[in-house]
Amino acid sequence: MKHSTYLTCAAVLTGSLVLVQPAAAETLRLLTWGNYAPETVIAKFEEETGHTVEVTLSNNEEMIAKLRATGGGGFDLAQPSQDRITGPQMEFGIYKPIDLSQIDESQFIPSMLAATKGNTTVDGEVYGVPHVWGTSGLVVNTAEAPDVTDYTDLCDDAVAGKVSYRLKRPTLIGFAFAMGMDPFAAYDDADAYTEIMEKVGEKLIDCKPNVKAYWGGGDELMNLVRSGEVVASMAWDTGGWKLNADNPDITFVAPEAGALGWIDTFVLPAKGRADAAAYDWINFVMQPEIAAMITDTAGNFTASKGADEYVSAELKARYQASFPPEAVDNIKWYPPVPAGLEAIEGGILDRVKAAQ
Amino acid sequence: MRAGTRLGFVLLIAPLLLWLVLLIVIPHVDLALLSLRERVGVGEYAVSMANYRTFLDEPLYLWTFLRTAVMAVLATAITLVIGFPVSFYIAKIARGRVQSALFLLCLVPFWVSELVRTFGWMILLRETGLISGLLQWLGLTDGPVEMLYNDAAMMVGLVYTSMLFMVVPLVTTLESLDDGIIEAGYDLGGSGPSVLREIIIPHAVPGIVAGSIVVFMLSLGNYLTPTMLGGKDSLWFTELIYSQFIVRFNWELGAAFGFLLLVLSSVIVWAMLRLTGQTLEKTMGSA
Repeated sequence: MKHSTYLTCAAVLTGSLVLVQPAAAETLRLLTWGNYAPETVIAKFEEETGHTVEVTLSNNEEMIAKLRATGGGGFDLAQPSQDRITGPQMEFGIYKPIDLSQIDESQFIPSMLAATKGNTTVDGEVYGVPHVWGTSGLVVNTAEAPDVTDYTDLCDDAVAGKVSYRLKRPTLIGFAFAMGMDPFAAYDDADAYTEIMEKVGEKLIDCKPNVKAYWGGGDELMNLVRSGEVVASMAWDTGGWKLNADNPDITFVAPEAGALGWIDTFVLPAKGRADAAAYDWINFVMQPEIAAMITDTAGNFTASKGADEYVSAELKARYQASFPPEAVDNIKWYPPVPAGLEAIEGGILDRVKAAQ
Repeated sequence: MRAGTRLGFVLLIAPLLLWLVLLIVIPHVDLALLSLRERVGVGEYAVSMANYRTFLDEPLYLWTFLRTAVMAVLATAITLVIGFPVSFYIAKIARGRVQSALFLLCLVPFWVSELVRTFGWMILLRETGLISGLLQWLGLTDGPVEMLYNDAAMMVGLVYTSMLFMVVPLVTTLESLDDGIIEAGYDLGGSGPSVLREIIIPHAVPGIVAGSIVVFMLSLGNYLTPTMLGGKDSLWFTELIYSQFIVRFNWELGAAFGFLLLVLSSVIVWAMLRLTGQTLEKTMGSA
């Protein structure tokens, strides 16, 4: 209630801000994740191109909600994950197609570019190009919970009261894989998907006494693990690597069922007003040296070809320790989420949350 | 002259009208229309009551709705019980600088944002937190104690967050009570409890009601405190609204929930006013 009023206010405010802006100003309003646009990179970009950059930090759901509230206005470039593009585009029409001739495709890792293009195509038009990729899996204190190697191990008695995960879709998907099912294969079959999710929901309800708290934000999780209150949790790979720097016992473990792979992209909001600056930004940050700077702050690798060479050795070592070659092959990449799937998952998550 | 006053009146009322229409009426009409819509296919919508039916059919939503209402009422009652003696002390017993100092102390927590205040409680109550550490150091417990992530922690947070809004109207009404009347009560043979019951509380009713309404509304609409302190079992209706809007992209159901919350709070406030024999005009005017 409060929130929706806020959304409308925000829409009205951004609307009036846009009006007072001179048309010629090349201000890039970037809607992105924390650490994807570090200060140093922005300064360099502004110096080189003369554009100015305004950054708004967000996450997948909020990005889509924000763009939906304004019909795709208020921002010139956004970075949702590649699986969250076709669904919202078909449903709400909040993006515009990317003019690939404006993008230097040679800077991208070809396989990743091709996959993202394929996953973000609606009616023959490409809506996204890849930027940063990573995985989610398990963050484990290997000294205290050496036996946690898969999502479902979080429900073991050995770690009772000392585990955490999010009540969000990655948890449902991860548990489904660990229980021997393939949720991605059932994406387009609502009944089959509901059946899988119901089984996962039961498992999560059984598992609930084991959970100390469901974490919401990355910092909350960091606190829980760093203080030792939680010894195993579902988390992003970078979270595990950051904790590893403080405490060598804690690290990211790619689960046996497979880590879940995501790619955050660049998309143009439907009512963006600085497309030229947006294309400049994409081409700028995909240069190997710049991409490596982003990897160093965000902790995740990018789709920029040749950027690995510039990345710090420590980060590379952590990556290789968590991902032996067979674990890389086992990564489950998120396919595009069909519209309406969230409602099925939402019902299950609500039920888990309500269970006593 | 007459035209002049008219213009003045229009100009004076314009900000209020703009505020009401732009920020309250229009969004609510929009929400109402949204809540009566059902998604039938990709990008297609039809008018229906489906969202309200979903609410009634799913016991979880109904249960959360009731739980939120009961907990908010409970939080209001606890705030009143703690706030009343505090206000009485500030209004009637403390004098001069002590009085302003005490009042200021009630205000101090509100100089930082709600988020920081809630984090403060998390630092105190968590397993590796201050209180748990102190208890272990004193030898009262063997191991770490977890005090976070339950309804009690949530209640503490809610009461703490809304204390000021109870104390302010109470202090104002209690200050308006002539000390002579209390003395007269004692002179006529009244005891402490009977003076409280017959003189002080009846006089303070408008303040009590005003404070209770504000605290109740704040608790019912609170999002941060229940989410952060309540942990895995916390269920708060605003949380459901947030997740429908932001996580599920289901604005239609979210809007219906929003409306139900509006109805719930209006009904409870109305019932509270009826029970105490007050009118909104009287309480808000005197507080």
